[in-house]
Amino acid sequence: METEKKPILEMRGITKRFPGVVANDHVDLELFPGEVLALLGENGAGKSSLMNVLAGLYRPDEGAIFIRGEKVQIDSPRDARNLGIGMVHQNFMVVDTMTVAENIILGLTEVSMIPDMGKISDRIREISSHYNLKVDPSAYIWQLGVGEQQRVEILKQIYRGAEILILDEPTAVLTPQESEELNNILRQMTSEGKAAIFITHKMEEVIAFSDWVRVLQHGKLVTVKRTSETNPQELARLMVGREVLFRIDKAPAEPKDVILEVENVDANDEKGMPALKGFSLQVRQGEIVGIAGVAGNGQRELTEVITGLHPVLNGSIKINGKDMTNRSPLAIIRSGVSHIPSDRIAMGVVGDMSVANNLVMKGYRRKPITHGGLLDPRRILDFARRMIDSFKIATPTPDTHVKFLSGGNIQKTILAREIDSCGGVLVAAYPSRGLDVGATEAVRNEMVRQRDKGSGVLLVSEDLDELLSVADRIVVMFEGQSMGELSSADAEVEMLGLMMSGVSKKKAEKEYYGSDHATGV
Amino acid sequence: MIPLITSIIAITLSAGTSLVYATIGEIYTERSGILNLGIEGMMLMSAVTAFATAFHTGSLLLAVLLAMLVGMLLALIHAFLSITMRANQVVSGLSITLFGTGLASFLGQRLGPESNGFNLSGMSAVKFNRLQIEGLGDIPLLGAVFNQDPLTYLVYLLIPVAWYFMYKTKFGLNLRSVGENPQTSDAMGLNVTKIRYLYTIFGGMLVGIGGAHLSLAYTPGWTENITGGRGWIVIALVIFSMWNPSRAILGAILFGGINAVQFRLQASGTDIPSAYLNMAPYVATILVLVLVTVWESHNRKVGPPAALGTSYMREDK
Ligand SMILES: Nc1ncnc2c1ncn2[C@@H]1O[C@H](COP(=O)(O)OP(=O)(O)O)[C@@H](O)[C@H]1O
Ligand SMILES: [Mg+2]
Repeated sequence: METEKKPILEMRGITKRFPGVVANDHVDLELFPGEVLALLGENGAGKSSLMNVLAGLYRPDEGAIFIRGEKVQIDSPRDARNLGIGMVHQNFMVVDTMTVAENIILGLTEVSMIPDMGKISDRIREISSHYNLKVDPSAYIWQLGVGEQQRVEILKQIYRGAEILILDEPTAVLTPQESEELNNILRQMTSEGKAAIFITHKMEEVIAFSDWVRVLQHGKLVTVKRTSETNPQELARLMVGREVLFRIDKAPAEPKDVILEVENVDANDEKGMPALKGFSLQVRQGEIVGIAGVAGNGQRELTEVITGLHPVLNGSIKINGKDMTNRSPLAIIRSGVSHIPSDRIAMGVVGDMSVANNLVMKGYRRKPITHGGLLDPRRILDFARRMIDSFKIATPTPDTHVKFLSGGNIQKTILAREIDSCGGVLVAAYPSRGLDVGATEAVRNEMVRQRDKGSGVLLVSEDLDELLSVADRIVVMFEGQSMGELSSADAEVEMLGLMMSGVSKKKAEKEYYGSDHATGV
Repeated sequence: MIPLITSIIAITLSAGTSLVYATIGEIYTERSGILNLGIEGMMLMSAVTAFATAFHTGSLLLAVLLAMLVGMLLALIHAFLSITMRANQVVSGLSITLFGTGLASFLGQRLGPESNGFNLSGMSAVKFNRLQIEGLGDIPLLGAVFNQDPLTYLVYLLIPVAWYFMYKTKFGLNLRSVGENPQTSDAMGLNVTKIRYLYTIFGGMLVGIGGAHLSLAYTPGWTENITGGRGWIVIALVIFSMWNPSRAILGAILFGGINAVQFRLQASGTDIPSAYLNMAPYVATILVLVLVTVWESHNRKVGPPAALGTSYMREDK
């Protein structure tokens, strides 16, 4: 090594077992001050487990941890904090009903019996301006979007004196701008001698953010590399253990009849504010229509009005030519609509039920599964085994509760069920969010396969690369309205970006191509 | 008319006292995420303990202390079952109520004097008397507030203190966060198990004082089922209060007031059959629950502590 730096953190031979799984198998890790380490691995590779050991939430079965060369014992999150370790968890650790400031001081022993919220807020604002992390100390967490909550989480760890910052998949839910902002904060922190461990599935971010890369596979450490000496293809191969194509192979679309028609639909969001304003859209058989837009511009309401989960105020929704406006979710399922929901844990599966039961959750009314009104457990198991095989769902048994699967395999379970029951329309919301490269590839290919079988696919995504490579046409949504449509074959990321910020297609073309560009795409 | 209203106010406050103690106790317990449905049994047990102690020792202080202790012990059982053993909290709480109800009735027939066949009911003992506060107790209407027993005076203090502690101190912040999100609380360095034990037992202690107030002040003496279902009304009052200690007073006044009016009406010999009057507080409970639920569905951010009734263990998925 060219630098003579001593590691700020060392983990030696960490092993963590759960009933039936070895989450970490003698893993070593080194982190140097002023550097960022990227930790990679497929869903379920054991990244979060390893970090939870550092954060004092999981107790390792074997192994030792050294901070600045000294052996330490971390028995609780309080111990971790006293050692300068701060973790931003994959599922944010915030109390919704409390303010930002209250969340930040929660559990701090040095806070006085009656906290001086004014002084605390001042200190928060100080850090906030130092790191350019915009946060309102008196806002309630439930009022904040995910990007803002992320900032609160980072600020909280800085406030608590973190020298070693762990970020567990922080960018899975961030917009490109927010992820850029995060990179700047990390740079500033490391320039002050702090260090960070960063978990992500996005290869560009690994290259942009990190100094070192460590790759976990099935709980074992398989690679340590300097970021400057590797590339995305190699990293993906090391993670998955095979070559990963970053491009989706697909033939040009052959659109046929219109199968889904959304016409001038108005709908309100949960707070009663307009979320869809006269939104119209057509999806034909044999094409994938992508919806681009910054999260919160009506995408969620759009997928939910189509699937019958959200009321339509005005306008109509036709499926296969039949008016299905405000019909029940069951009627809409029966008319052939499948749904991959954005919140897969809350809306896609029942965590405490088996993989097999989750797989038949839509098909259970049908003949082979049900006999004379009774479920046939043998058929359910047969069916589940077939699905697990053909969608390569990694589960110990079909009877395993879904909540014990990794994110990628939960998504494959939903995908298997929805595709098996799909009768022509597939509505997919952020289907690859938080998935590793292997699972992402599988999900995207499956959507193209559905299209080629003649289904109409509506793909909502915040990942422009995904939209450009999977979708055939892209509709940009802004504040509940359509900003126009682009063909993905010749859409430009910059154009999409402009339209996503509320610029109509015509204006965006002018701005992008210059005023003399007349035709457009 | 004024003396009548004054007396209704006086009875309202007296009837409400045990409700406020138990409601604030249960609010604290539920805020930590533990649902304790054992209140009815705990109140009965502390009521019989308080009266038996007062009867045999003549010490009101000792009687209240032992009633608190009994409330804490029963709460400890519930805490052990639901926090350490991770039992279903509804089942555990109901068991405490069944157990407490049965044991209190049994003790009531065993702890009395030999002359009364060891029965406690029908006996009299020292009790908390009303203490009129010099100068204030004579004011018309308002005087009723200052003509109460010591436990009621204590409740005037308890309400603001319980509110301040919960919303203004860091311990209150810790308590609320544990009931709202134990995962986060744990990750922030709080000891979830310790805090839950602490407030479940603290809640039991207040329920114990509530029970003691029944048998030493409100209706001095021991009769079987002296609580008349108050332990259940408390569960509804906690919801009515939206888990806010300062609102416990409203529920208590409402239900204490219904009690008081019913009491007066019965005493003055009205035509309304007594069965209806007796039903009034319970019918009101149902009405209030319906109203609160409707109101809640329009205000998404007020509601029970999010983790109420669930157990937490680190490393669980
Ligand atoms: N608390 C837990 N209880 C049981 N199994 C767990 C727990 N946490 C993680 N696991 C299992 O350990 C393995 C690694 O999981 P995790 O560390 O979350 O992976 P990653 O973060 O790399 O996606 C998975 O098989 C997961 O199901
Ligand atoms: Mg993880």
